[in-house]
Amino acid sequence: MSVRTDRRAEAVAVETPFRRFASDFLESRIATVALAVFAVIAFIAVFAPWIAPTDPYDLAQVNVLDSHMPPGTEAFDGRVFWLGTDGAGRDLVSAICYGLRISLGVGVMSGVIAMAIGCAVGLAAAYFGGRVDTLIMRIVDIQLSFPSILVALVLLAVLGKGVDKILIALVTVQWAYYARTVRASALVERSKEYIDAASCLALGHRRILFRHLLPNCMPPLIVVVTVQTAHAIALEATLSFLGIGLPITEPSLGLLIANGFEYMLSMKYWISVYPGVALLVTIVSINLVGDQLRDVLNPRLQK
Amino acid sequence: MTVFIIRRLMQSSVVVAVMSLLVFVGVNIVGDPVDMLINPEADQAEIERVMRDLGLDRPVHEQYGYFVVNALQGDLGKSFIFGEPALQLIVQRMPATFELAIAALLIAVVLGIPLGVIAGLRPGAPSSKAIMAGSILGFSLPSFWVGIMMIMLFAVMLGWLPSTGRGDTVPFLGMQVSFLTWDGLQHLLLPAINLSLFKLSLVIRLARAGTREVVHQDYIKFARAKGLSESRVVLVHLLKNIMIPVVTVLGLEFGGLVAFSVVTETVFAWPGMGKLIIDSLHELDRPVVVAYLMIVVLMFVIINLLVDIVYSVLDPRVRLQDARA
Repeated sequence: MSVRTDRRAEAVAVETPFRRFASDFLESRIATVALAVFAVIAFIAVFAPWIAPTDPYDLAQVNVLDSHMPPGTEAFDGRVFWLGTDGAGRDLVSAICYGLRISLGVGVMSGVIAMAIGCAVGLAAAYFGGRVDTLIMRIVDIQLSFPSILVALVLLAVLGKGVDKILIALVTVQWAYYARTVRASALVERSKEYIDAASCLALGHRRILFRHLLPNCMPPLIVVVTVQTAHAIALEATLSFLGIGLPITEPSLGLLIANGFEYMLSMKYWISVYPGVALLVTIVSINLVGDQLRDVLNPRLQK
Repeated sequence: MTVFIIRRLMQSSVVVAVMSLLVFVGVNIVGDPVDMLINPEADQAEIERVMRDLGLDRPVHEQYGYFVVNALQGDLGKSFIFGEPALQLIVQRMPATFELAIAALLIAVVLGIPLGVIAGLRPGAPSSKAIMAGSILGFSLPSFWVGIMMIMLFAVMLGWLPSTGRGDTVPFLGMQVSFLTWDGLQHLLLPAINLSLFKLSLVIRLARAGTREVVHQDYIKFARAKGLSESRVVLVHLLKNIMIPVVTVLGLEFGGLVAFSVVTETVFAWPGMGKLIIDSLHELDRPVVVAYLMIVVLMFVIINLLVDIVYSVLDPRVRLQDARA
């Protein structure tokens, strides 16, 4: 009996904020599964060259005679195309692995850059207030009043095609959400005593902003990161499908789907269905994780 | 009030000016205007004549002046492909896009409000959970892929509906519309559903949130206590009160539908403005791209301005807050 109480006391003693957060998060079975699925997808994306059965863009490994094979067909060399092949004879399993790598890479990279810019701008708005704040938030409001696809369309029409251009477009679409979120929570945090204390210690602006204010604005920011990353991946796929996003040398999932679209009317459904399923699973899993994070991190919902 | 409107008008003009500058810089500084604005098949004399016409032999700030003056007169250049004024081309395609957007909006409202109310009245029921799961899917599914799947299922495999195009049109109020012919209606159905999916999810969420809030209000309890039938309570007392936020958001979202129709029109080969701009981007038909961007941005600026003004009339706090800032 006494041993058991001791153990419980021990368990309580080592409970860190992170562990509490993790156990709250894992309470939802759907979110746990979504997190696991996303982990698998991220793993595939990172290690695509080692996981994929073939390199779909190495001409030596692709045989045009294998083109348009339905799922489950066996190739001449005995390999099985589990998801079929596309118009150029590429194995779709491999193409999807490589496509995930590009889609996730572009989505996450644009998210990181947008977050850095948005945080800096949002913090500055909240910390300095006054005219700086009015100007920044007016720009944010104006930009958010335009739909993301229109903003991206304007930029890509002006800039042209390319990985760097689509990154610029995705960052421009996202930064304002980060700026608004960070400003809102920084305004609340700024009036708290620890910031006054830091000011009394005559710490520099930069130190107060990044070491004191920013870490305390993290919870809502984490939720925005998930939502915006999912959004960026979907937007990149859409733009690439329209033929104004990534160039054909960077075959993301959107481009794979676009390639399959032309074979759709002749019933060769697998070429655009399976890349689409991969895209869908990625986006849904990120959104589900985001939903659960919002519930866990929202102080109003805490028991 | 007047001060508020003047402030907002100035802000809108700044947005349009910035936008025109961005497009101008994009076309004239980043790229080579001779390549972009002059038909590549033109000979040397023609090139020089057009360059003089467009003022390309003048300094940059004067060129921008020309661009603005021409744009204000509705002259946004001629399309290379069609040889017609770009503005006219876009205006011709507008009815098709608006028809699609309005049909999508109707679907979102007609299906979304009942589904949202059902989900809000019984939040725990399996049917409500299914509706909410559906709305999460509606938010997550990339609409271009859903469009492809719809074509595959309903047009290719089942053969119920035509896959692409607009079908027969008839003149109506001076525009060509397709919803008045059976063939046109068949062609309209799939693209309209595809375009509406995202807004449908949004309406479901709004209607559900509104219902859950309104259901606990005293006037609903009172209506029930009075012995009114459940259908009357829901259809009159509840519905009236959840409509306000739904209608506001939908008004705001109409512009979004027009912008997102770029995707749907491309998938379904619907001959509207959105397909025109994507085709023009591929064919490097710059005057049409510039004209489309200017028109759509102008449309958004006007919608936003009207919404701001209406809000400030309805809710004076918005106006006061702005005056203080």
